[in-house]
Amino acid sequence: MKVRVDPERCEGHSRCHALAPELFALDDIGNATAIGDGRVPPGLEEKARLAVANCPEYAVEILEDAG
Amino acid sequence: MTDSKPGAPAVPDPEADAGAPTCPVTGQGGDPAIERPPVTDWRTDWDHLDPRWRDDPFPIWDELRTGPIARTERFEGAWLPTRYEDVKAIAYDTEHFTSRRIVLRHKKYEDPPLPAPPITSDPPEHKAHKRVLLPFFSPQEVGKLEPMARRICNELIDDFIADGRCDAAQHYARHIPVRIIAYMLGVPVRDSDRFIRWIHEILEVGIVDDEIGKNATKAMRDYFRHHIALRKEGRTEADPDGPEPDLIRVMMDGSLNGVPFEENHVLGTLNLLMIAGIDTTWSAIGASIMHLGRHPEDRTRLVAEPALMPTAVEELLRAYSPVTMAREVKKDVELGGCPMKKGEMVLLSFPAANRDPEMFPDANRVVLDRQENRHGAFGLGIHRCVGSNLARMEMQVAIEEWLKRIPDYRVVGDVTWSDGTVRGPRTLPVAFG
Ligand code: HEM
Ligand code: SF4
Repeated sequence: MKVRVDPERCEGHSRCHALAPELFALDDIGNATAIGDGRVPPGLEEKARLAVANCPEYAVEILEDAG
Repeated sequence: MTDSKPGAPAVPDPEADAGAPTCPVTGQGGDPAIERPPVTDWRTDWDHLDPRWRDDPFPIWDELRTGPIARTERFEGAWLPTRYEDVKAIAYDTEHFTSRRIVLRHKKYEDPPLPAPPITSDPPEHKAHKRVLLPFFSPQEVGKLEPMARRICNELIDDFIADGRCDAAQHYARHIPVRIIAYMLGVPVRDSDRFIRWIHEILEVGIVDDEIGKNATKAMRDYFRHHIALRKEGRTEADPDGPEPDLIRVMMDGSLNGVPFEENHVLGTLNLLMIAGIDTTWSAIGASIMHLGRHPEDRTRLVAEPALMPTAVEELLRAYSPVTMAREVKKDVELGGCPMKKGEMVLLSFPAANRDPEMFPDANRVVLDRQENRHGAFGLGIHRCVGSNLARMEMQVAIEEWLKRIPDYRVVGDVTWSDGTVRGPRTLPVAFG
């Protein structure tokens, strides 16, 4: 499983970072990017789903079978 | 869900200290010369200044959501979407809707209105107008203010805890955001009561009484002009331990493509930071304390499970969203079959969107651990609140410190609500111990 943030949609609500700091980093203006290549370490799948479900801009995606 | 007795007078607690936010000239009701017949049909004649909306807007929105976007001929013609999808569509559509006017008035008195970047800015300028502020409001930067916020909360509690009762809106919630934004801006905290009075005159009285609103805006601009002039002489009245640079300095030194911001821009943004940061967060803290006072099951759960706090704060923001905005139609457009004409206004109710059952199952119930919560309390799209990380931190700290010292309390009298487009309790009598 991988996560991805669409930079066109992200408006910096920082919900993803608050819910899953292991998976999302914020830049200096508060917009999010997936940490590393976005791969979700085992055990963090639920947090990845929460990040998706709480982004008001629908900017977080899960790529289910990306390794 | 009823939050106060209908018709409860929205006057500040008479026991509140001097500086209480009453308008010295007209009192709470605004200009008595403006007629405000009671609303009989919310679909065709809505009015967000009607006392029924102020005291309990939720049933009104629930009714409106089942029909087309509501219309009124008041405010020179305006629309009211209440479904999440419609609110979102308008917030995203900067081609047909402009932010240059964000408040509904009986008459659109200024052309062009005074700018308050970035909230009144449209693309493409909006991005640069906002960018200059964002680094000072990131979660990391805001985290540095957390110890100060905890100290403020505890000092406030020290003052009333022995009494066994207090007005949680006037003696607690009200004082937290104003002290923090004064520190960030670089102005003395002792001026807090003036800021609160100006904001009351702009946000509550000013919507029905132009003169008072304009005078308060002018007083605030003069205030910042003074603090800019001091800095030009190498002086400041900022807290000596305050941030470097403070927000006044950031705006003074701000530029776009090498051209320094004009004075109108600098003053507009500084006014905005003060106005946007105070009543909003005061309202959110007050509504949260009210909810927890009336719902012991939620309160005991939060005391027992402190890790739930961030999720609970989001849910309280959703259910009691304090901020309603507006847009002006820039180009004729049809939305949900409604012909919106250039120059008409749209009330953009994030609070109504956040109670839409299509988007939030069991929308009128507070579910502290709601797992899916894409609420728009801080707006949707490009105007996402600059202060959202700060407001969240202040809310979380204010609720945590309160519950640590006052885990058991109840609301013991009438809750009264603010007028206008920032909604929150202005009197909130509670008893404990
Ligand atoms: C619970 C507290 C708060 C709520 C609910 C809130 C809500 C909002 C909303 C809904 C908007 C969007 C406006 C629009 O779409 O036209 C907004 C914008 C804004 N807010 Fe807040 N706000 C809060 C606290 C703060 C604080 C503490 C500050 C800063 C000191 C702040 C500064 C701003 C600014 C500068 C904007 C304009 C952003 C832009 O236009 O890009 N707000 N706020
Ligand atoms: S929650 Fe969504 S909008 Fe907010 S920072 Fe994350 S990706 Fe961006």
